Amino acid sequence: MVRKIEMQPVHRRDVLKFAGVGAVAGLMTTLLPNLAKADAAKTAAAIQKAAGGKKPMDGKITLELPQIAENGNTVPIGVSVDSPMTDSDYVKAVHIFADKNPSPDVAVFRFTPGSGKASASTRMRMAKTQNIVAVAEMSDGSVYMAKTEVKVTIGGCGG
Amino acid sequence: MRKAKYGVLGLVGLAVSLMILPTTSSADETNWGKYQNGDRRSGYTYAAKETRNIQDDDFANPASIWLDQGETLWSKVDGEAGKSCASCHKGADSMAGVGTRYPKYDFKTKKLINLEQQINTCRKDRMKAKPYKYESSQLLSMTIFVRAQSRDMKMNVAIDGNAAPFFAKGKEFFEERRGQLDMSCKNCHEDNPGNMARANLLSEGQGNGFPTYRLKWQKPGSIHRRFRGCNKNVRAKPFAYGSDEYNNLELYVAWRGRGLPVETPAVRN
Amino acid sequence: MAAKARVKAPKKVKAGEIFQVKSLISHKMETGQRKNKKTGKKIPRLIINKFACTYNGKEVFTSDWHPAVSANPYMSFYVKAVASGTLDMSWTDDAGKVVKKSAKITVT
Repeated sequence: MVRKIEMQPVHRRDVLKFAGVGAVAGLMTTLLPNLAKADAAKTAAAIQKAAGGKKPMDGKITLELPQIAENGNTVPIGVSVDSPMTDSDYVKAVHIFADKNPSPDVAVFRFTPGSGKASASTRMRMAKTQNIVAVAEMSDGSVYMAKTEVKVTIGGCGG
Repeated sequence: MRKAKYGVLGLVGLAVSLMILPTTSSADETNWGKYQNGDRRSGYTYAAKETRNIQDDDFANPASIWLDQGETLWSKVDGEAGKSCASCHKGADSMAGVGTRYPKYDFKTKKLINLEQQINTCRKDRMKAKPYKYESSQLLSMTIFVRAQSRDMKMNVAIDGNAAPFFAKGKEFFEERRGQLDMSCKNCHEDNPGNMARANLLSEGQGNGFPTYRLKWQKPGSIHRRFRGCNKNVRAKPFAYGSDEYNNLELYVAWRGRGLPVETPAVRN
Repeated sequence: MAAKARVKAPKKVKAGEIFQVKSLISHKMETGQRKNKKTGKKIPRLIINKFACTYNGKEVFTSDWHPAVSANPYMSFYVKAVASGTLDMSWTDDAGKVVKKSAKITVT
């Protein structure tokens, strides 16, 4: 049930998929205007800050996440960024955000050329079904972004 | 009054049962190897792939921290007799097989004793040390450490001879309806494993991985903690940790899982 | 139980090899969102907010953690083998407390 989302290149089905997600998000925004807008605004601001005001590009990032999280307490997340990781061309940092958590910041992975690979994994808490967003800052100043939705269900019998 | 009570409960029972929906899930794979014995399957086979991965990685399993602590406590001298577990039992490998046989009949108390209580009995009687509090980090660590020495060995509790009457009581408990929701362990774990209870996938309620790291608890917990949680879920008054009722139930549950491997410390939802 | 850490890295690697380092630490990662059931007051936040790994004294990987990182945090990352020595890992919490754990590495 682990799904690797590769953002390069963007396929039609991906565009349609994200359009679908966007449509649902749009619907949610109209149904719960204040709440959804606050989440969206907070996350957008956090992404903007991480991107240093630049417009993030698609590609280079692979996010490893389950489609459905068994428990929102502990959701394994892996992120890899395609980069030679040399002194002149490496990934400086990857910022992870969860757009419907009480606060969007999850973690920042700060790599160096000594990392060899811009790849890291950890486990995070997700309050509900939402998008996980990764923003990668490169040493040459360019910024990339990837996003994927993870479903979180609340238990059934309370067990 | 009685008629009305059953009426309400009947409705609630019906409502709950309607929410138990059959579903195809990752739990439908046919070959589970060591995690299956005949028609019995470990909770491992009902967990999501990501959860199973966490258990399979001995290093990344969060319960490994408690396992490490157990290893430290094993050699730690404690109590007035100036001994550690290692003083009598020597290496931890002496515990191989122990985790497959508890709960068992105790000749001194003339009833069942589980692994947690056996550890405390040793502490009290042989080490002249204070018993660990039930569900404390030390008792969990020691229980995990001792049981983990039987990892992959098959569950094999005795239910005959002196254990027989207690086994019968445990079976009765498992099948008895209780609580405001008027449900028994059997309703979910024998009649509906693999089905959904709202958003939870029901397992067979096996105990071969306890003490288990539950994602819900964000720490390891004993099987009695799980029993208490389940009883509270059906709005029944939970029994005490280490109670006779739960020891009897633990024996029955252990027998239900006979032949399944010890997975302590397992990782579950 | 005081926070306990464990780290895993290969003992021997070839020069230039990129190897994986795994770390795990026991910690509640108290988010500050939970309420004390008896008093109704919010339990104050207390999390590990920084993880750092140095390789022979040079910082090679760090991570900023927020309350959304799970309890008993697991962190894995990669390091390029340069020279034999030590990988020193440290976990720092909101109160400034630091837990350290090291792994020795031989580079052939």
